[in-house]
Amino acid sequence: MLLVTVGFLWAASNSVEYVWRWNRIPQYFWVQKHVDVRAEQQGTLVETLTKDGARFVVLQEDDGTRVQQKLEPGMSLTPAQGDYVYLGDVLGTYRVSEPGVLLQGLWVTLEVSLISIVFGITFGVLTGLARISENPALKWGAITYIELIRGSPLLVQIFLWYFVAGTLVNNLLMQAGLGQVPPMWFGVLALSVFTGAYVAEIVRAGIQSVHRGQMEAARSLGLNYSQAMRKVILPQAFRRIMPPLAGQFISLVKDSSLLGVIAIRELTKATREVVSSSLQPFELWILCAVLYLLLTFTLSLFVSYLENKAVR
Amino acid sequence: MIKAKNLNKIFYTPEPLHALSDVSLDVAAGEVVVVIGPSGSGKSTFLRCLNRLEYADEGEVWIEGRNILDPACDINKVRAEVGMVFQSFNLFPHMSVLENLTMAQMTVRGRNRSDSESKAMGLLKKVGISDKHGVYPDQLSGGQQQRVAIARALAMDPKVMLFDEPTSALDPEMVGEVLDVMKTLAREGMTMVVVTHEMGFAREVADRVVFMDMGKIIEEGTPEHFFTSPRHERARNFLNQIL
Repeated sequence: MLLVTVGFLWAASNSVEYVWRWNRIPQYFWVQKHVDVRAEQQGTLVETLTKDGARFVVLQEDDGTRVQQKLEPGMSLTPAQGDYVYLGDVLGTYRVSEPGVLLQGLWVTLEVSLISIVFGITFGVLTGLARISENPALKWGAITYIELIRGSPLLVQIFLWYFVAGTLVNNLLMQAGLGQVPPMWFGVLALSVFTGAYVAEIVRAGIQSVHRGQMEAARSLGLNYSQAMRKVILPQAFRRIMPPLAGQFISLVKDSSLLGVIAIRELTKATREVVSSSLQPFELWILCAVLYLLLTFTLSLFVSYLENKAVR
Repeated sequence: MIKAKNLNKIFYTPEPLHALSDVSLDVAAGEVVVVIGPSGSGKSTFLRCLNRLEYADEGEVWIEGRNILDPACDINKVRAEVGMVFQSFNLFPHMSVLENLTMAQMTVRGRNRSDSESKAMGLLKKVGISDKHGVYPDQLSGGQQQRVAIARALAMDPKVMLFDEPTSALDPEMVGEVLDVMKTLAREGMTMVVVTHEMGFAREVADRVVFMDMGKIIEEGTPEHFFTSPRHERARNFLNQIL
Protein backbone atom coordinates (compact mmCIF):
# COMPACT_ATOMS: atom_id res chain seq x y z
CA MET A 1 0.00 0.00 0.00
CA LEU A 2 2.64 2.44 1.11
CA LEU A 3 4.86 1.53 -1.85
CA VAL A 4 1.98 1.99 -4.30
CA THR A 5 1.18 5.40 -2.78
CA VAL A 6 4.80 6.50 -2.93
CA GLY A 7 5.12 5.20 -6.48
CA PHE A 8 2.00 7.00 -7.58
CA LEU A 9 3.11 10.21 -5.91
CA TRP A 10 6.48 9.98 -7.64
CA ALA A 11 4.96 9.29 -11.05
CA ALA A 12 2.39 12.04 -10.69
CA SER A 13 4.91 14.60 -9.51
CA ASN A 14 7.15 13.68 -12.47
CA SER A 15 4.33 14.23 -14.91
CA VAL A 16 3.70 17.73 -13.54
CA GLU A 17 7.47 18.28 -13.61
CA TYR A 18 7.89 18.86 -9.92
CA VAL A 19 11.55 18.92 -9.01
CA TRP A 20 12.23 17.11 -5.75
CA ARG A 21 15.04 18.71 -3.84
CA TRP A 22 15.29 16.88 -0.54
CA ASN A 23 18.88 18.04 -0.22
CA ARG A 24 17.64 21.58 0.46
CA ILE A 25 15.53 20.51 3.39
CA PRO A 26 18.12 19.95 6.18
CA GLN A 27 19.00 23.66 6.26
CA TYR A 28 15.55 24.43 7.65
CA PHE A 29 16.25 22.00 10.42
CA TRP A 30 19.66 23.01 11.42
CA VAL A 31 21.31 26.16 10.17
CA GLN A 32 24.97 25.60 9.55
CA LYS A 33 26.92 28.24 7.67
CA HIS A 34 30.20 30.06 7.57
CA VAL A 35 30.11 33.75 8.27
CA ASP A 36 32.95 36.05 7.20
CA VAL A 37 34.12 38.74 9.54
CA ARG A 38 35.45 41.75 7.68
CA ALA A 39 37.74 44.50 8.85
CA GLU A 40 35.97 47.65 9.99
CA GLN A 41 39.17 49.73 9.96
CA GLN A 42 42.38 49.45 8.04
CA GLY A 43 45.95 49.19 9.21
CA THR A 44 48.73 46.78 10.04
CA LEU A 45 47.73 43.77 12.07
CA VAL A 46 49.88 44.13 15.16
CA GLU A 47 48.61 41.57 17.63
CA THR A 48 45.60 39.76 19.06
CA LEU A 49 44.73 40.11 22.70
CA THR A 50 42.24 38.64 25.12
CA LYS A 51 40.25 40.95 27.33
CA ASP A 52 37.42 39.91 29.68
CA GLY A 53 37.24 36.51 27.95
CA ALA A 54 36.80 37.98 24.46
CA ARG A 55 39.41 38.06 21.72
CA PHE A 56 40.32 41.28 19.93
CA VAL A 57 42.50 41.99 16.94
CA VAL A 58 44.61 45.16 17.08
CA LEU A 59 45.23 47.17 13.91
CA GLN A 60 47.69 50.03 13.76
CA GLU A 61 46.72 52.79 11.35
CA ASP A 62 49.23 54.74 9.32
CA ASP A 63 49.23 57.62 11.79
CA GLY A 64 50.10 55.25 14.62
CA THR A 65 46.69 55.07 16.30
CA ARG A 66 45.64 51.60 17.29
CA VAL A 67 42.10 50.30 16.93
CA GLN A 68 40.58 47.06 18.23
CA GLN A 69 37.98 44.83 16.65
CA LYS A 70 36.20 42.05 18.48
CA LEU A 71 36.50 38.50 17.14
CA GLU A 72 33.95 35.68 17.48
CA PRO A 73 34.95 32.74 19.64
CA GLY A 74 36.52 29.85 17.71
CA MET A 75 37.26 32.09 14.76
CA SER A 76 40.35 31.56 12.66
CA LEU A 77 42.43 34.55 11.61
CA THR A 78 43.20 34.79 7.91
CA PRO A 79 45.92 37.54 7.76
CA ALA A 80 49.22 36.91 9.53
CA GLN A 81 50.81 39.28 11.99
CA GLY A 82 52.36 42.25 10.20
CA ASP A 83 50.04 42.05 7.17
CA TYR A 84 48.37 45.20 6.07
CA VAL A 85 44.58 44.90 6.24
CA TYR A 86 42.34 47.04 4.07
CA LEU A 87 38.84 48.09 5.01
CA GLY A 88 36.48 45.23 4.19
CA ASP A 89 39.17 42.55 3.97
CA VAL A 90 38.20 39.18 5.41
CA LEU A 91 39.71 38.88 8.86
CA GLY A 92 38.45 35.35 9.34
CA THR A 93 35.39 33.11 9.35
CA TYR A 94 33.35 31.46 12.05
CA ARG A 95 30.65 28.80 11.93
CA VAL A 96 27.05 29.43 12.92
CA SER A 97 25.26 26.29 14.05
CA GLU A 98 21.74 26.75 15.40
CA PRO A 99 18.27 25.18 15.16
CA GLY A 100 16.39 26.09 12.02
CA VAL A 101 12.79 27.24 11.66
CA LEU A 102 11.32 23.75 11.47
CA LEU A 103 13.11 22.51 14.58
CA GLN A 104 12.04 25.63 16.45
CA GLY A 105 8.46 25.00 15.31
CA LEU A 106 8.67 21.37 16.39
CA TRP A 107 9.91 22.49 19.78
CA VAL A 108 7.04 24.99 20.17
CA THR A 109 4.52 22.27 19.24
CA LEU A 110 6.06 19.93 21.78
CA GLU A 111 6.13 22.58 24.48
CA VAL A 112 2.57 23.76 23.91
CA SER A 113 1.30 20.16 23.77
CA LEU A 114 3.04 19.02 26.94
CA ILE A 115 1.92 22.02 28.98
CA SER A 116 -1.63 21.61 27.66
CA ILE A 117 -1.62 17.90 28.50
CA VAL A 118 -0.66 18.67 32.10
CA PHE A 119 -3.34 21.37 32.43
CA GLY A 120 -5.81 19.24 30.49
CA ILE A 121 -5.41 16.34 32.92
CA THR A 122 -5.81 18.69 35.87
CA PHE A 123 -8.95 20.34 34.49
CA GLY A 124 -10.28 16.97 33.36
CA VAL A 125 -9.82 15.15 36.68
CA LEU A 126 -11.28 18.03 38.68
CA THR A 127 -14.24 18.36 36.32
CA GLY A 128 -14.73 14.60 36.18
CA LEU A 129 -14.88 14.48 39.98
CA ALA A 130 -17.27 17.43 40.03
CA ARG A 131 -19.39 15.72 37.40
CA ILE A 132 -20.10 12.73 39.69
CA SER A 133 -20.36 14.86 42.82
CA GLU A 134 -23.61 14.99 44.71
CA ASN A 135 -23.27 18.74 45.13
CA PRO A 136 -25.64 20.17 42.48
CA ALA A 137 -23.57 23.33 41.95
CA LEU A 138 -20.43 21.32 41.16
CA LYS A 139 -22.31 18.80 39.08
CA TRP A 140 -24.17 21.30 36.93
CA GLY A 141 -21.12 23.52 36.66
CA ALA A 142 -19.21 20.56 35.26
CA ILE A 143 -21.99 19.61 32.87
CA THR A 144 -22.25 23.19 31.59
CA TYR A 145 -18.49 23.41 31.04
CA ILE A 146 -18.38 20.08 29.21
CA GLU A 147 -21.35 20.86 26.99
CA LEU A 148 -20.16 24.38 26.14
CA ILE A 149 -16.69 23.22 25.17
CA ARG A 150 -17.81 20.17 23.24
CA GLY A 151 -20.43 22.20 21.42
CA SER A 152 -18.19 24.69 19.63
CA PRO A 153 -15.27 24.31 17.20
CA LEU A 154 -11.78 24.47 18.63
CA LEU A 155 -10.78 27.08 16.06
CA VAL A 156 -13.55 29.39 17.28
CA GLN A 157 -12.49 28.80 20.88
CA ILE A 158 -8.90 29.69 20.01
CA PHE A 159 -10.12 32.97 18.46
CA LEU A 160 -12.23 33.66 21.52
CA TRP A 161 -9.33 33.08 23.86
CA TYR A 162 -6.91 35.19 21.87
CA PHE A 163 -8.98 37.98 20.36
CA VAL A 164 -11.53 38.39 23.15
CA ALA A 165 -10.02 37.15 26.41
CA GLY A 166 -6.48 37.98 25.25
CA THR A 167 -7.31 41.51 24.18
CA LEU A 168 -9.16 42.19 27.42
CA VAL A 169 -6.45 40.73 29.64
CA ASN A 170 -3.61 42.46 27.85
CA ASN A 171 -5.39 45.82 27.80
CA LEU A 172 -6.14 45.57 31.50
CA LEU A 173 -2.52 44.61 32.16
CA MET A 174 -1.36 47.55 30.11
CA GLN A 175 -3.59 49.92 32.07
CA ALA A 176 -2.11 48.53 35.24
CA GLY A 177 1.35 49.12 33.81
CA LEU A 178 2.23 45.42 33.69
CA GLY A 179 3.76 43.28 30.96
CA GLN A 180 1.80 41.46 28.30
CA VAL A 181 0.85 37.78 28.25
CA PRO A 182 2.37 36.22 25.11
CA PRO A 183 -0.03 34.51 22.66
CA MET A 184 1.37 31.10 23.52
CA TRP A 185 -0.38 31.12 26.87
CA PHE A 186 -3.77 31.85 25.33
CA GLY A 187 -3.12 28.97 22.96
CA VAL A 188 -2.24 26.70 25.87
CA LEU A 189 -5.41 27.78 27.68
CA ALA A 190 -7.58 27.13 24.64
CA LEU A 191 -6.10 23.67 24.13
CA SER A 192 -6.14 22.61 27.78
CA VAL A 193 -9.66 23.87 28.45
CA PHE A 194 -10.80 22.07 25.31
CA THR A 195 -9.01 18.84 26.24
CA GLY A 196 -10.15 19.12 29.86
CA ALA A 197 -13.79 18.77 28.82
CA TYR A 198 -13.11 15.53 26.97
CA VAL A 199 -10.80 14.17 29.68
CA ALA A 200 -13.54 14.90 32.23
CA GLU A 201 -15.93 12.55 30.48
CA ILE A 202 -13.22 9.89 30.18
CA VAL A 203 -12.36 10.24 33.88
CA ARG A 204 -16.02 10.05 34.86
CA ALA A 205 -16.51 6.88 32.86
CA GLY A 206 -13.33 5.44 34.39
CA ILE A 207 -14.41 6.16 37.95
CA GLN A 208 -17.86 4.76 37.36
CA SER A 209 -16.36 1.60 35.88
CA VAL A 210 -14.68 0.77 39.20
CA HIS A 211 -16.94 -1.56 41.12
CA ARG A 212 -19.11 0.08 43.78
CA GLY A 213 -17.80 -2.43 46.33
CA GLN A 214 -14.35 -0.84 46.15
CA MET A 215 -15.67 2.45 47.45
CA GLU A 216 -17.71 0.65 50.11
CA ALA A 217 -14.72 -1.39 51.26
CA ALA A 218 -12.56 1.71 51.49
CA ARG A 219 -15.21 3.69 53.35
CA SER A 220 -15.94 0.80 55.70
CA LEU A 221 -12.29 0.93 56.80
CA GLY A 222 -12.79 4.54 57.87
CA LEU A 223 -11.29 6.34 54.88
CA ASN A 224 -13.11 9.53 53.99
CA TYR A 225 -14.38 10.19 50.48
CA SER A 226 -11.28 11.93 49.15
CA GLN A 227 -8.89 9.40 50.70
CA ALA A 228 -10.91 6.56 49.17
CA MET A 229 -10.84 8.33 45.81
CA ARG A 230 -7.11 8.95 45.89
CA LYS A 231 -5.96 5.61 47.27
CA VAL A 232 -8.50 3.17 45.87
CA ILE A 233 -10.72 4.46 43.08
CA LEU A 234 -8.54 6.78 40.99
CA PRO A 235 -5.54 4.40 40.73
CA GLN A 236 -7.85 1.73 39.35
CA ALA A 237 -9.73 4.16 37.14
CA PHE A 238 -6.54 5.57 35.62
CA ARG A 239 -5.38 2.16 34.61
CA ARG A 240 -8.55 1.68 32.60
CA ILE A 241 -8.72 5.10 31.01
CA MET A 242 -5.12 5.08 29.80
CA PRO A 243 -6.00 4.08 26.18
CA PRO A 244 -8.76 6.68 25.66
CA LEU A 245 -6.59 9.30 27.38
CA ALA A 246 -3.76 8.51 24.97
CA GLY A 247 -6.15 9.06 22.07
CA GLN A 248 -7.19 12.39 23.52
CA PHE A 249 -3.61 13.57 23.91
CA ILE A 250 -2.72 12.50 20.38
CA SER A 251 -5.66 14.63 19.23
CA LEU A 252 -4.29 17.48 21.28
CA VAL A 253 -0.87 17.32 19.61
CA LYS A 254 -2.54 17.43 16.21
CA ASP A 255 -4.98 20.17 17.22
CA SER A 256 -2.06 22.35 18.29
CA SER A 257 -1.55 22.91 14.52
CA LEU A 258 -4.49 25.34 14.71
CA LEU A 259 -2.53 27.66 16.98
CA GLY A 260 -0.72 29.09 13.95
CA VAL A 261 -3.74 31.35 13.46
CA ILE A 262 -2.90 33.34 16.59
CA ALA A 263 0.73 33.96 15.73
CA ILE A 264 2.19 31.01 17.57
CA ARG A 265 4.93 29.69 15.35
CA GLU A 266 4.40 25.98 15.89
CA LEU A 267 5.30 23.27 13.43
CA THR A 268 2.50 23.91 10.92
CA LYS A 269 2.99 27.65 10.82
CA ALA A 270 6.76 27.21 10.59
CA THR A 271 6.27 24.85 7.66
CA ARG A 272 3.95 27.30 5.97
CA GLU A 273 6.53 30.06 6.32
CA VAL A 274 9.30 27.90 4.89
CA VAL A 275 7.07 26.76 2.03
CA SER A 276 6.30 30.30 1.01
CA SER A 277 9.97 31.24 0.96
CA SER A 278 11.42 28.05 -0.51
CA LEU A 279 8.63 26.97 -2.89
CA GLN A 280 9.10 23.31 -2.03
CA PRO A 281 5.65 22.43 -0.75
CA PHE A 282 5.82 18.69 -1.49
CA GLU A 283 8.90 17.93 0.55
CA LEU A 284 8.01 20.28 3.38
CA TRP A 285 4.40 19.23 3.92
CA ILE A 286 5.35 15.55 3.77
CA LEU A 287 8.07 16.26 6.30
CA CYS A 288 5.64 18.20 8.47
CA ALA A 289 3.27 15.24 8.56
CA VAL A 290 6.12 12.85 9.39
CA LEU A 291 7.21 15.08 12.27
CA TYR A 292 3.68 15.07 13.74
CA LEU A 293 3.66 11.32 13.31
CA LEU A 294 6.93 11.14 15.21
CA LEU A 295 5.47 13.12 18.10
CA THR A 296 2.22 11.16 18.32
CA PHE A 297 3.95 7.82 17.90
CA THR A 298 6.34 8.64 20.74
CA LEU A 299 3.36 9.59 22.86
CA SER A 300 1.63 6.29 22.04
CA LEU A 301 4.75 4.34 22.94
CA PHE A 302 5.08 6.21 26.22
CA VAL A 303 1.48 5.56 27.16
CA SER A 304 1.64 1.87 26.31
CA TYR A 305 4.82 1.68 28.38
CA LEU A 306 2.92 3.20 31.31
CA GLU A 307 0.06 0.81 30.67
CA ASN A 308 2.35 -2.22 30.76
CA LYS A 309 4.05 -0.97 33.87
CA ALA A 310 0.72 -0.49 35.59
CA VAL A 311 -0.84 -3.71 34.33
CA ARG A 312 -2.02 -4.61 37.82
CA MET B 1 -22.05 -2.01 71.95
CA ILE B 2 -24.58 -1.82 69.10
CA LYS B 3 -28.08 -0.56 69.60
CA ALA B 4 -30.44 -0.28 66.65
CA LYS B 5 -33.82 1.24 67.34
CA ASN B 6 -36.84 1.15 65.05
CA LEU B 7 -34.91 1.25 61.80
CA ASN B 8 -36.93 1.92 58.69
CA LYS B 9 -35.62 1.93 55.16
CA ILE B 10 -37.54 2.22 51.93
CA PHE B 11 -35.93 1.63 48.53
CA TYR B 12 -37.56 3.22 45.55
CA THR B 13 -36.98 0.81 42.71
CA PRO B 14 -38.98 2.88 41.66
CA GLU B 15 -41.88 1.18 43.43
CA PRO B 16 -41.44 1.68 47.16
CA LEU B 17 -39.99 -1.42 48.77
CA HIS B 18 -40.04 -1.54 52.53
CA ALA B 19 -36.61 -3.09 53.08
CA LEU B 20 -36.62 -2.55 56.83
CA SER B 21 -39.60 -1.90 59.01
CA ASP B 22 -39.11 -1.15 62.66
CA VAL B 23 -36.05 -3.29 63.14
CA SER B 24 -34.54 -3.09 66.61
CA LEU B 25 -31.60 -5.07 67.91
CA ASP B 26 -29.11 -4.78 70.76
CA VAL B 27 -25.76 -6.48 70.58
CA ALA B 28 -23.68 -6.69 73.73
CA ALA B 29 -19.88 -6.59 73.76
CA GLY B 30 -18.44 -10.00 72.98
CA GLU B 31 -21.70 -11.31 71.62
CA VAL B 32 -22.00 -13.18 68.33
CA VAL B 33 -25.31 -12.52 66.59
CA VAL B 34 -26.15 -14.45 63.46
CA VAL B 35 -28.81 -12.99 61.18
CA ILE B 36 -30.51 -15.45 58.87
CA GLY B 37 -33.46 -15.29 56.56
CA PRO B 38 -34.51 -15.78 52.95
CA SER B 39 -32.96 -13.55 50.31
CA GLY B 40 -34.62 -10.19 50.04
CA SER B 41 -35.55 -10.27 53.70
CA GLY B 42 -33.54 -7.13 54.45
CA LYS B 43 -30.76 -8.75 56.47
CA SER B 44 -27.92 -7.30 54.37
CA THR B 45 -29.60 -3.91 54.34
CA PHE B 46 -29.86 -4.06 58.12
CA LEU B 47 -26.17 -4.95 58.45
CA ARG B 48 -25.17 -2.13 56.12
CA CYS B 49 -27.22 0.31 58.18
CA LEU B 50 -25.01 -0.50 61.15
CA ASN B 51 -22.02 1.29 59.61
CA ARG B 52 -24.10 3.68 57.52
CA LEU B 53 -23.15 2.23 54.15
CA GLU B 54 -26.92 2.38 53.92
CA TYR B 55 -28.53 5.41 55.53
CA ALA B 56 -31.67 4.38 57.40
CA ASP B 57 -34.67 6.61 56.75
CA GLU B 58 -35.87 6.49 60.33
CA GLY B 59 -34.64 5.21 63.65
CA GLU B 60 -31.39 5.33 65.57
CA VAL B 61 -28.17 3.38 65.40
CA TRP B 62 -25.91 3.71 68.40
CA ILE B 63 -22.38 2.34 68.14
CA GLU B 64 -20.51 2.56 71.43
CA GLY B 65 -22.68 5.44 72.59
CA ARG B 66 -22.51 7.39 69.33
CA ASN B 67 -25.60 7.91 67.23
CA ILE B 68 -24.30 7.40 63.69
CA LEU B 69 -27.48 8.67 62.05
CA ASP B 70 -26.85 12.06 63.62
CA PRO B 71 -25.38 14.16 60.78
CA ALA B 72 -22.92 15.67 63.27
CA CYS B 73 -21.39 12.26 63.95
CA ASP B 74 -17.97 11.71 62.36
CA ILE B 75 -18.85 8.50 60.57
CA ASN B 76 -15.24 7.79 59.55
CA LYS B 77 -14.20 7.56 63.22
CA VAL B 78 -16.99 5.08 63.88
CA ARG B 79 -16.27 3.02 60.79
CA ALA B 80 -12.65 2.64 61.84
CA GLU B 81 -13.99 0.78 64.90
CA VAL B 82 -16.42 -1.35 62.89
CA GLY B 83 -14.81 -3.86 60.55
CA MET B 84 -16.80 -5.14 57.62
CA VAL B 85 -16.38 -8.22 55.46
CA PHE B 86 -18.24 -8.37 52.15
CA GLN B 87 -19.69 -11.21 50.15
CA SER B 88 -17.53 -10.28 47.16
CA PHE B 89 -14.34 -9.68 49.23
CA ASN B 90 -13.74 -6.24 47.66
CA LEU B 91 -9.98 -6.45 48.09
CA PHE B 92 -8.11 -3.63 46.39
CA PRO B 93 -6.83 -5.27 43.19
CA HIS B 94 -4.07 -2.72 42.56
CA MET B 95 -2.39 -3.37 45.90
CA SER B 96 -0.48 -6.38 47.14
CA VAL B 97 -1.95 -8.36 50.03
CA LEU B 98 0.34 -6.56 52.45
CA GLU B 99 -0.61 -3.13 51.07
CA ASN B 100 -4.27 -4.06 51.36
CA LEU B 101 -3.68 -4.55 55.06
CA THR B 102 -1.45 -1.56 55.72
CA MET B 103 -3.09 1.19 53.65
CA ALA B 104 -5.97 2.00 55.99
CA GLN B 105 -3.79 1.61 59.07
CA MET B 106 -1.45 4.27 57.78
CA THR B 107 -4.12 6.53 56.28
CA VAL B 108 -6.74 6.37 59.01
CA ARG B 109 -4.88 5.31 62.13
CA GLY B 110 -1.75 7.25 61.25
CA ARG B 111 0.54 4.32 62.07
CA ASN B 112 3.96 4.26 60.49
CA ARG B 113 4.89 1.71 57.87
CA SER B 114 6.86 -0.70 59.99
CA ASP B 115 4.22 -0.87 62.73
CA SER B 116 1.51 -1.39 60.11
CA GLU B 117 3.49 -4.10 58.40
CA SER B 118 4.25 -6.04 61.54
CA LYS B 119 0.58 -5.80 62.52
CA ALA B 120 -0.38 -6.99 59.02
CA MET B 121 2.07 -9.90 59.05
CA GLY B 122 0.77 -11.00 62.42
CA LEU B 123 -2.80 -11.03 61.13
CA LEU B 124 -1.87 -12.83 57.92
CA LYS B 125 -0.27 -15.51 60.07
CA LYS B 126 -3.41 -15.69 62.13
CA VAL B 127 -5.60 -16.28 59.07
CA GLY B 128 -3.04 -18.76 57.76
CA ILE B 129 -1.62 -17.08 54.63
CA SER B 130 1.52 -15.33 55.84
CA ASP B 131 3.44 -16.62 52.81
CA LYS B 132 1.18 -14.69 50.42
CA HIS B 133 1.92 -11.17 51.63
CA GLY B 134 3.61 -10.10 48.40
CA VAL B 135 1.09 -11.36 45.86
CA TYR B 136 -1.88 -9.54 44.38
CA PRO B 137 -5.49 -10.48 45.19
CA ASP B 138 -6.25 -11.97 41.76
CA GLN B 139 -3.58 -14.61 42.36
CA LEU B 140 -5.42 -15.92 45.41
CA SER B 141 -8.29 -18.36 45.66
CA GLY B 142 -11.65 -17.11 46.87
CA GLY B 143 -11.14 -18.52 50.33
CA GLN B 144 -7.72 -16.91 50.60
CA GLN B 145 -9.11 -13.58 49.38
CA GLN B 146 -11.85 -13.65 51.98
CA ARG B 147 -9.34 -14.43 54.72
CA VAL B 148 -7.23 -11.48 53.55
CA ALA B 149 -10.39 -9.34 53.67
CA ILE B 150 -11.00 -10.43 57.25
CA ALA B 151 -7.39 -9.64 58.13
CA ARG B 152 -7.73 -6.25 56.42
CA ALA B 153 -10.71 -5.39 58.63
CA LEU B 154 -8.95 -6.71 61.75
CA ALA B 155 -5.88 -4.60 61.03
CA MET B 156 -7.83 -1.55 62.18
CA ASP B 157 -8.34 -3.14 65.63
CA PRO B 158 -12.10 -2.90 65.33
CA LYS B 159 -14.37 -3.38 68.30
CA VAL B 160 -17.12 -4.89 66.16
CA MET B 161 -16.99 -7.04 63.05
CA LEU B 162 -19.84 -7.15 60.53
CA PHE B 163 -19.94 -10.07 58.10
CA ASP B 164 -22.20 -9.79 55.04
CA GLU B 165 -22.63 -13.34 53.71
CA PRO B 166 -18.87 -13.93 53.80
CA THR B 167 -19.03 -17.46 52.38
CA SER B 168 -21.78 -17.10 49.79
CA ALA B 169 -19.42 -16.37 46.90
CA LEU B 170 -17.04 -19.20 47.74
CA ASP B 171 -16.60 -22.64 46.28
CA PRO B 172 -17.90 -25.19 48.80
CA GLU B 173 -14.47 -26.56 49.67
CA MET B 174 -13.26 -23.11 50.69
CA VAL B 175 -16.12 -22.28 53.00
CA GLY B 176 -14.54 -24.20 55.88
CA GLU B 177 -11.28 -22.25 56.00
CA VAL B 178 -13.15 -18.92 56.21
CA LEU B 179 -15.57 -20.19 58.85
CA ASP B 180 -12.63 -21.48 60.89
CA VAL B 181 -11.14 -18.00 60.99
CA MET B 182 -14.50 -16.59 62.07
CA LYS B 183 -14.87 -19.21 64.79
CA THR B 184 -11.45 -18.33 66.14
CA LEU B 185 -12.46 -14.68 66.24
CA ALA B 186 -15.67 -15.50 68.06
CA ARG B 187 -13.79 -17.58 70.63
CA GLU B 188 -11.44 -14.67 71.24
CA GLY B 189 -14.41 -12.56 72.28
CA MET B 190 -14.91 -10.37 69.21
CA THR B 191 -18.32 -8.75 68.96
CA MET B 192 -19.76 -10.02 65.69
CA VAL B 193 -22.88 -9.60 63.60
CA VAL B 194 -22.94 -12.23 60.89
CA VAL B 195 -25.38 -12.45 58.00
CA THR B 196 -25.04 -15.95 56.64
CA HIS B 197 -26.72 -19.03 55.24
CA GLU B 198 -24.33 -21.33 57.12
CA MET B 199 -26.67 -22.94 59.62
CA GLY B 200 -23.86 -25.08 61.05
CA PHE B 201 -21.93 -21.95 61.91
CA ALA B 202 -25.02 -20.36 63.46
CA ARG B 203 -25.71 -23.40 65.60
CA GLU B 204 -22.12 -23.79 66.73
CA VAL B 205 -20.94 -20.24 67.25
CA ALA B 206 -23.90 -17.90 67.66
CA ASP B 207 -24.94 -16.58 71.04
CA ARG B 208 -28.13 -15.43 69.45
CA VAL B 209 -29.89 -16.11 66.15
CA VAL B 210 -32.10 -13.50 64.54
CA PHE B 211 -34.50 -14.52 61.79
CA MET B 212 -35.66 -11.84 59.39
CA ASP B 213 -38.31 -11.87 56.72
CA MET B 214 -39.96 -9.08 54.71
CA GLY B 215 -37.86 -6.44 56.44
CA LYS B 216 -38.87 -7.48 59.94
CA ILE B 217 -37.24 -9.42 62.73
CA ILE B 218 -39.59 -12.33 63.20
CA GLU B 219 -37.82 -14.58 65.60
CA GLU B 220 -34.93 -14.04 67.96
CA GLY B 221 -33.33 -16.42 70.43
CA THR B 222 -30.59 -18.87 71.29
CA PRO B 223 -29.55 -21.33 68.58
CA GLU B 224 -31.08 -24.25 70.48
CA HIS B 225 -34.36 -22.46 70.68
CA PHE B 226 -34.32 -21.33 67.08
CA PHE B 227 -33.28 -24.58 65.47
CA THR B 228 -35.43 -26.87 67.62
CA SER B 229 -38.60 -25.01 68.48
CA PRO B 230 -39.15 -21.81 66.54
CA ARG B 231 -42.37 -20.15 67.51
CA HIS B 232 -43.13 -18.57 64.21
CA GLU B 233 -44.65 -20.33 61.23
CA ARG B 234 -42.40 -18.66 58.66
CA ALA B 235 -39.22 -19.52 60.56
CA ARG B 236 -40.36 -23.16 60.68
CA ASN B 237 -41.01 -23.17 56.93
CA PHE B 238 -37.63 -21.63 56.28
CA LEU B 239 -35.86 -24.23 58.41
CA ASN B 240 -37.75 -27.05 56.75
CA GLN B 241 -36.62 -25.84 53.36
CA ILE B 242 -32.92 -25.54 54.11
CA LEU B 243 -32.25 -28.28 56.64
